[in-house]
Amino acid sequence: MTTLHLRVGFMPLVDAALLVAAADSGIAEGHGLSLELVREVSWSNLRDRLHVRLLDAAHMLAPAAIASTLGIGGVTAPMAAPILLNLNGNALTVSARRFEEMARVAKGDLDDPSVSALALASLVSARKASGLPPLAFAAVFGFSCHAYLLRDWMALAGLRLGEDVRLEIVPPVRTVEALASGEVDGFCAGAPWNTLAVEAGVGTILHCGVDLMPDCPEKVLAWRADDIERRSEAVARLNAALIEASHWVSNESNRPALARMLAAPDRLAAPASLIEAILRGEIMQGGGRPPRQVPSYIRFDVAAIRPDPAHADVLLAAMARAGHVVATPDLAERARAIFRPFAADVTQR
Amino acid sequence: MTPNLRILIVDANQVRAAIIEEGLREAGYDELIRISGTTGLVAAIEAHDPDVVVIDLEDPSRDALADMFLVSRHVRRPITMFVDQSDSASIEAAVEAGVSAYIVDGLKKERMQPILQTCISRFNAFRKLREELEEARSQLDDRKTIDRAKAIVMRLKGLSEEEAYALMRRTAMNEKRKLVEIARSLITAAEMLK
Repeated sequence: MTTLHLRVGFMPLVDAALLVAAADSGIAEGHGLSLELVREVSWSNLRDRLHVRLLDAAHMLAPAAIASTLGIGGVTAPMAAPILLNLNGNALTVSARRFEEMARVAKGDLDDPSVSALALASLVSARKASGLPPLAFAAVFGFSCHAYLLRDWMALAGLRLGEDVRLEIVPPVRTVEALASGEVDGFCAGAPWNTLAVEAGVGTILHCGVDLMPDCPEKVLAWRADDIERRSEAVARLNAALIEASHWVSNESNRPALARMLAAPDRLAAPASLIEAILRGEIMQGGGRPPRQVPSYIRFDVAAIRPDPAHADVLLAAMARAGHVVATPDLAERARAIFRPFAADVTQR
Repeated sequence: MTPNLRILIVDANQVRAAIIEEGLREAGYDELIRISGTTGLVAAIEAHDPDVVVIDLEDPSRDALADMFLVSRHVRRPITMFVDQSDSASIEAAVEAGVSAYIVDGLKKERMQPILQTCISRFNAFRKLREELEEARSQLDDRKTIDRAKAIVMRLKGLSEEEAYALMRRTAMNEKRKLVEIARSLITAAEMLK
């Protein structure tokens, strides 16, 4: 078997774990791959470099893969996802100051998303009444589960994201800094950025993504749609390597090693101990509350990474609620086609 | 042909931004605005109402810029250069060079082409310049290392400068190593035996 060299782009996030495990633990070599991971600074770059084939595949936000395929937002670059990279992994963090304010006005337990949303709504109206500028929340990309989680959470209290509360797009690596400087009052991002904000003492995790949306199809491994058939051998090998990585990552005894790989300067460049706690589902909340044990905080198991056309339906519905798309049967069909339940074939090989 | 297009250049690297600006000016564009970062991007776009926005691909604010265009209530909404897929060669060249462009809807491809070409060649020229600079710097470092090692050999063996240099070269050739590697070993050894 001749070794295939593949360049795969990623963003510094814990949900790049399967890619990092496959590349750095020797799993990829076992499948005839030399896997080169390229760290990128924006989702737009991942999309563009994939499109012009400077990358063979890319770590991609599932809604961004849909938007890019359907040509929403000025870009048409069709993608296909023969495997997911994870489910879940997000959290909603507010600044320490806003958390205190919300705790003062909360009618009930802030752990309840509808209670916290109402508390936010009361902050929003108080600010409006006293002529203060509106609150701002950040998500990492316009077409992202983060933006949809924020939107759906705020909607619980009748707030409109983008109207009552400003939406800012901030890259993951800048979220903590944006919260600390007061540029934003809260953000929704993937691990480890929420934990890093808590660790730095600038933020409090209000909710985990799973509190708002269980089994959220968060990141996919995106290929150019036309490469799935054209380069079927490379796709099959990378799928097989990622499935093996999924087994390896799911083995608890490998967590310290995985945390060290992810912590490396050319990967996430974040403390291994914090990453390991996240992998164990131990979520520090901050704000004087005890850590939470959230077993499905982020899922990498084989059942979790199998793409399902139904994922497209869930995401398209969220995109429609946000006004990003008017879902028609034709669009739904094209979005469903992105999620190729291909992982199953590879498992049986 | 009167270009007469307003171009906004977003680049944190001042030197490269200047090189691009100069290139575009030579190509006949004179309505150029340079900004060096994320802060003030929205205000700059609203104030200057550019026809074209050119941005460095390594700028992390690209995702924010794209979203701003998406939600902007601005009448003239810039869109990415990807919209016109008929010209994939120059899009590829641009991404490879590390530059992306957003253009206002309706701008003809023929009008965008020379701008993109100028940006691509200037980005590539800048990269080449930086590589050459790095090479020159490392050559200079190597020279300094070799001179230090030569001084050590001269002192310890009582040789002239030419003799010391010849001895080092001979050793490097015999051991099939680079002269600078021999020089580094000599310096390390001399430090240890001090």
